[in-house]
Amino acid sequence: MIDRLLGMVREMGVPRLLIAGFVVLLFATAVATHMDIAALVTDSIVRVARNGVLVLALLPAIQGGLGLNFGLPLGVICGLVGCVIALNAGIAGVAGLLVASGIGVALAVPAGAGYGWLLNRTRGQEMMVGTYLGFAAVSGMSIFWLLAPFTNPTLVWAIGGKGLRTTLSLGDSFAKVLDHWLQFTVLGVTIPTGALLAFLAMCALVWWFFRTRMGITITAARSNPRFARAAGISDTRTRVQASVLSTVLAAIGIVIYSQSYGFVQLYTAPLLMAFPAIACILIGGASVTRATVAHVIIGTFLFQSILTTALPVTSQVIEGDISETARLIIQNGMILYALTRMGKESA
Amino acid sequence: MTASEKRGRGVGSAIAGQAVPILFAVLCLFGIWVAKITPAFLLGELSARVGRNSVLVLSLLLPILAGLGLNFGIVIGAMAGQLAAVLIVHWGGKGILGFSEAWLLATPLAVLFGLVTGLLFNKAKGREMVTGLIAGFFANGVYQLLVLFAFGSLIPFHDPGMVLPQGYGLRNTVDLTTIQYAVDNLVALRVTLEGVVTRIPIITYVVVLAFCAFNLMFFRTKLGQQLRAMGQDPHVAAIAGIPVDRNRLIATILSTVFASWGQLLFLQNIGTLNTYSSHEQVGMFAIAALLVSGATVTRATVGQAILGTILFHTLFIVSPLAGKALAGDAQIGEYFRVFVAYAVITVALVLHAWQIARAERE
Repeated sequence: MIDRLLGMVREMGVPRLLIAGFVVLLFATAVATHMDIAALVTDSIVRVARNGVLVLALLPAIQGGLGLNFGLPLGVICGLVGCVIALNAGIAGVAGLLVASGIGVALAVPAGAGYGWLLNRTRGQEMMVGTYLGFAAVSGMSIFWLLAPFTNPTLVWAIGGKGLRTTLSLGDSFAKVLDHWLQFTVLGVTIPTGALLAFLAMCALVWWFFRTRMGITITAARSNPRFARAAGISDTRTRVQASVLSTVLAAIGIVIYSQSYGFVQLYTAPLLMAFPAIACILIGGASVTRATVAHVIIGTFLFQSILTTALPVTSQVIEGDISETARLIIQNGMILYALTRMGKESA
Repeated sequence: MTASEKRGRGVGSAIAGQAVPILFAVLCLFGIWVAKITPAFLLGELSARVGRNSVLVLSLLLPILAGLGLNFGIVIGAMAGQLAAVLIVHWGGKGILGFSEAWLLATPLAVLFGLVTGLLFNKAKGREMVTGLIAGFFANGVYQLLVLFAFGSLIPFHDPGMVLPQGYGLRNTVDLTTIQYAVDNLVALRVTLEGVVTRIPIITYVVVLAFCAFNLMFFRTKLGQQLRAMGQDPHVAAIAGIPVDRNRLIATILSTVFASWGQLLFLQNIGTLNTYSSHEQVGMFAIAALLVSGATVTRATVGQAILGTILFHTLFIVSPLAGKALAGDAQIGEYFRVFVAYAVITVALVLHAWQIARAERE
């Protein structure tokens, strides 16, 4: 019995149990201090739907043997360009969302292919190359946002009439079109049905993809490249496919994120976006070499619940905003844990 | 491979190795020309910047020698330096004496932090760089927890000038005027160039030279040779009886300690501590500065560290001015220099990984 319990703990991992315990503790404190639980749950669900696809974007990279995709901002930028073009053209509503995603995907395919090509030539250092490629791309795009020929007066700085603003409101465009679709309230908890459905549909799509011929070859090439080669699968190709898929999902992910948030954030905003997403999938149970859709859903739910509830709950107990500090420690502690355990688990 | 082929490749890679600093120098010269920067202004700015940044860049050399790659964990050493600065100023340390106390106090902290970082690196062999980067972020969280919440509540620390009105947590900026220019002004040479008075901080440069000399001499010691052997091939080094894990710890600890001293030297020049952000970019800027000289993830010399610092900071001074002259907007230049810093690191990492992959194929 005790052995089995210990086995379960080992299966779950100590940090994961600690985090689950932390979530329970936060909600218990909220109940004890008579906080508005329904509002907390609502916020948590909204944040899960908002961030879900960005977390999901990491899955193909892990399954394809690229490790944790710190280069996520690459795809995010593609999605942002899509958003800005849709905004500039004044396309609102669902059409705006579709145009933004469409342009994002169209840019993400070549970007992801190039990224995959580079990662094939830098095997063993994918995470470091990805991190800095992402950083370089974000800072390079900052120059682009400043110089790009966008003219819509609602987007550019009022003074000078040049250069995009740092945050663009989606209020008149496609803000919350998914969140408000079929939205309903149960026991005071508001469910953003459309956004949740979109996230779950993307999850289902990815789940299904990894059961198709292409998906299976990607996984097979990761878990045993030599065996896969014997079966006629080149992992050089499957790794590029994985990177394209990851980048495309990141582009869609940021469009969904922006519609839920109501704003498009440019310049340095995407710089550190990969890190919380990576923490999510790791908290859900993924490792550097293996991830499932369940890991994505569980992890997003756990980590985003912490992020939403930590601030209001802890401010009941202590003065000052400890949630940002807690986020830094949990997020990076989780990534460090995964990095130090990489060699120990069977791939 | 014949001898001539070998030589051909040697010449080719020699040019490739110099291509980065040459490109950078051209970029700097172009900026200087566009923005019409006078030599007096440039030298004045550069003298302060090179003085305060060199030690941080030099702190990267030992881990590279030992095959750990670029130590992104020097951020943690910088935090040790900052904690020491806060405490010494709080305790009323002044001038060069106060500064020396800060160095003394930072040392045991940095040894401890370096030990933990080194143990972490030993658990993540082959992924030291990404581990160091994330460890820096993680340490930043712990640092915030300590400085923003524990100071003044768990740790007795009462100083209305330094603590937030709520009674705990340090203010966003800590005034370090009591130790400002402690080293810089100890012996300072004032040179008048084209009517602009430029101060050359002699002692700061003596300290920088001492660090250069230490590194050069260290390479020749037994431990230095062991680190070099480990950097070339850790497996062979281990078989040859070199205590690889222990030496990796030593290299990381020394690097962290040097970074803490370097950060203090930096802060005494700046004079104010941005409590929550002074350390954040230390790693990125030091690493970018080193790489600009043509140094790589596996090979970097003392000369490259100094050359890189000079080139990188010239670009830092020049690019906002050039951006303003070219596009009428200094912001472009600022984005540009950050982009260059990231891009330089990216290119170095790609080349490094590329070489490893090629070596494995052959």
